[in-house]
Amino acid sequence: MRITADREVCCSAGQCALIAPDLFDQSDEDGSVVLLEAQPDAGRLDTLREVVSRCPTGAIRIEEDPGA
Amino acid sequence: MSYPDGSPGWLITRHAEAKELLTHKSFSARQEGIISPVPTELQYDGRPADPGAFAKTDDPIHSQYRKLVTGFFTVRRTRQLAPMIERIVHEQLDDLEKAGPGADLVEVFTESVPSRVMCEMIGVPESERKTLQRHVETLGRLSCTVPEALAAVSGMSGFLSRFVPARMDDPRDDLLGDLIRGGQLNEQELMGMAATLITGAFDTTGNMLAMGVFTLLEHPDQLAKLREDPELMAGAVEELLRFLTISHLGASRWALEDVEFAGQAIKKGEVVTVALPAVNRDPERYNNPDQLDIGRTDHGHLALGHGVHQCLGQHLARTILRVGYEALFDRFPTLRLTVPGDEIPMRDDFVHYGPRSLPVTWDD
Repeated sequence: MRITADREVCCSAGQCALIAPDLFDQSDEDGSVVLLEAQPDAGRLDTLREVVSRCPTGAIRIEEDPGA
Repeated sequence: MSYPDGSPGWLITRHAEAKELLTHKSFSARQEGIISPVPTELQYDGRPADPGAFAKTDDPIHSQYRKLVTGFFTVRRTRQLAPMIERIVHEQLDDLEKAGPGADLVEVFTESVPSRVMCEMIGVPESERKTLQRHVETLGRLSCTVPEALAAVSGMSGFLSRFVPARMDDPRDDLLGDLIRGGQLNEQELMGMAATLITGAFDTTGNMLAMGVFTLLEHPDQLAKLREDPELMAGAVEELLRFLTISHLGASRWALEDVEFAGQAIKKGEVVTVALPAVNRDPERYNNPDQLDIGRTDHGHLALGHGVHQCLGQHLARTILRVGYEALFDRFPTLRLTVPGDEIPMRDDFVHYGPRSLPVTWDD
């Protein structure tokens, strides 16, 4: 599983940093998403799905491992 | 549905469709095309938003302005403001203690805390705060007449036209000072930005703080759970935001082109309103949606909007609410209403819902 975070699309709402502060942070400069861990443990899938669903601009995506 | 001016409009009550609309490229938040879904004398008459007033613009203009301040409102930065917020909360609670037992919690506590916090962030002198608060309140009242609104707008802009140039000559170490030193905004834009921050912060969080206290007092089982386990506070704040949805008139957008949305043909120019309270209690989205459950883990409410306009100050609001509820119930463990809940006068004629006053008392 791999996460991608698009800083261009991000509007700095910070849902990701609120829900999963160990995986996401926000830049001090403009609050845009900072990915702390691009390949988290598979056990975090539910949390990541919540992050994706609550990201207001669709900046966060998960690429799941084929067959996982 | 039909809007008060007779024009056709659309109301969204489902959660999934609300999220889709608020991220849809064919719908605009620009002030020019928005019509109020409820009767009010105040309509935008097609004028664009003032420079810097980014909430009522679309991208790319919206994000150019918004990005200049988003760094101040991150989860981390707003949590770092907790000591300042705690100081303000405790000063107001000192006033409450002196005023009672028996006082109006709105007047002494909930109304003052968020406005003091924002004034401190942008360096507005305390002597101006209550006047600004009255202007913001006037503009949020649905029965506000055009002359009243003009007086409030002129009061606001009169203050800002003295305050902003003075700060440009002498920038302080605060949010406004940083914007000035950044050098990307002219005087007009700085005024628009300051007005947006003031109007965005004052009434919203104040009503939410008051409504949350009222609601917890009316749900003693939930309040007891919260007292037992303070770890529930973050979830309780989210649940109160969902359950109460004080922006009860919703969020509106207008169609930039003829578009098919949710199986309906929507014509260019038609306005769509998201009924946020309905969306946040959509039974397709939430179990027992009409029940306040501070232990609920499925948050994802739209009380703070969705899409690029999602509330800029949401994490600041969360910190104020958390600190505010914690400190209040901690210092006044016997806090209770002095009248039955259904006798509390409500601000049902305001853009943001909340109690007009909250008469409470406590054991000395």
